Amino acid sequence: MGNPREIYQQVILEHNKKPRNFGKIDDCTHQAEGHNPLCGDQLHLTLIVKDEVIQDIQFEGHGCAIDVSSASLMTTAVKGKKVEEALKLIHGFRALVRGEWSLSKHGELGKLVVFEGVKDLPVRVKCAVLPWATLQSALNGSSIASTE
Amino acid sequence: MNYQVSEIRKDFPLLDKSFHDKPLHYLDSAVSGQMPLSVIERIRQYEMHEHTNVHRGVSTLSQEATDHFEAARTNVAKFLNTASSKEIVWTRGTTESINLVAQTWGRQNIKQGDEICLTEMEHHANIVPWQMLAESVGASLKIIPVDDRGELCLEELSKVLSPKTKLLALTHVSNVLGTINPIKQIISMAKQQIPSLTVLVDGAQAVAHIPVDVRDLDVDFYVFSGHKLSGPTGIGILYGREALLEAMPPWHGGGNMILSVSWNKTTYMASPGKFEAGTPPIAAAIGLGEAINYLSKLDFKEVHAHEQKLLKRASEGLKKIPGLRILGESSEKVSVISFVVEGVHPHDLGTLLDHEGIVIRAGHHCAQPLMERYKVPATTRASLAYYNNEADVDALIESTRKSVEMFHG
Ligand SMILES: Cc1ncc(COP(=O)(O)O)c(C=O)c1O
Repeated sequence: MGNPREIYQQVILEHNKKPRNFGKIDDCTHQAEGHNPLCGDQLHLTLIVKDEVIQDIQFEGHGCAIDVSSASLMTTAVKGKKVEEALKLIHGFRALVRGEWSLSKHGELGKLVVFEGVKDLPVRVKCAVLPWATLQSALNGSSIASTE
Repeated sequence: MNYQVSEIRKDFPLLDKSFHDKPLHYLDSAVSGQMPLSVIERIRQYEMHEHTNVHRGVSTLSQEATDHFEAARTNVAKFLNTASSKEIVWTRGTTESINLVAQTWGRQNIKQGDEICLTEMEHHANIVPWQMLAESVGASLKIIPVDDRGELCLEELSKVLSPKTKLLALTHVSNVLGTINPIKQIISMAKQQIPSLTVLVDGAQAVAHIPVDVRDLDVDFYVFSGHKLSGPTGIGILYGREALLEAMPPWHGGGNMILSVSWNKTTYMASPGKFEAGTPPIAAAIGLGEAINYLSKLDFKEVHAHEQKLLKRASEGLKKIPGLRILGESSEKVSVISFVVEGVHPHDLGTLLDHEGIVIRAGHHCAQPLMERYKVPATTRASLAYYNNEADVDALIESTRKSVEMFHG
């Protein structure tokens, strides 16, 4: 197992302290609740999707630093992107935290690579994935996501 | 003081382990207590030389297994000072014991419009079975609140109880706050107000820390799990007053619990047999009996003084960390410390401590209503046992301080 101190890098700590796109869009077109029943983390995502593009996205809820920073970085990564691209990022991110990511198969992940170390913390993979699973549910039109 | 924790630690192989190349500090005994070698050896002995089934006919082997199994029951009966070992029912654990009472005594005695009184500090095991029962028979739940220090608001007791209250079910010790509830006083107050009241006490977190005398407490049902008492998992106890157990219908049906079976009429054993359908976890029961033997050899007063000394050291050390707040500051508490730190989620802290070899629990501790009461999603909890030492406590304090510093940056 890797040293968790290396995983809690500056970017993760900073996004945890000051999460981006934190809040709720009242006139959203898509939304979903994410739950991690094991640790009680909760996340509510609201989105405006128009012409197959994520125009706006916000999240609220509570969770650990890995969960919150993952949600924060996710919203900055997918805002303005096509739904199709966002779905690709979801797959890429899941592969990253499971240690299965490859450039040729999943494409660039940009800043999200700070989560690579989570693959060495098996109990925390679910925390990192929760926002992404919730986004997937929202885009698929189902309103509940659970990591269990 | 005579208490030689270094000698006691030799009985626990796991305490000697290292974890991520650091010495292991097991501060999670409220989750499950470590078993001493004598218990592990007793289980091994049973499985190697005595394994068969109990209450099965004429073989000498089976008779001996039955004798050991029943001797373990007698040990538990003595441990709780029950009037008779017939008042001890084997179950899988606290959770199953409570469900058994809810589904038998509860269904028989709790009717539409009746009330079940619980407290705000209950474990889900002492909430959900009652919610399920209340929902199905049309009864309702009433809750005794907890104050900011983590003590029950006893002045509310008389208001929460009513002539409709059939059951008071409460924990002896809070698994989150460590609070030792004044059970004897509560039972006496409650029964004075409602003489027909039945009281169930969840002893899961109490038995490893305080002596329990069910007759002195005047409690009707007392339940606990073997694995919180340095025994194995998969075995638990339901104590019930003999008259209550006799009047209750059986729960699970099957072999072992019957006198005779025919298509026309089946008759049941007297309790406790009536509640023990099927093959029980025999080795686990014998192991629990052995755990009680082990604990009985320790001087309780010394154990108590040792645990309280560690609790004080841990509380004082942790409180010096900026932004750290301890949940549960009752004047009467066991060596369990829950805390939250401003800006640091318990799961992140848990991961960092884990890497330092420190085993604690981070989460809602199966007490979500209590988390809601204190407006925290989760806490970090260290729970100390008679085999912990000052090095364990100091490692906890130091690693927590370092981790919090990193977050506060
Ligand atoms: C107060 C309390 N009640 C009930 C339980 C449930 O015990 P078990 O899971 O062994 O049935 C626990 C275990 O954590 C507990 O702390």
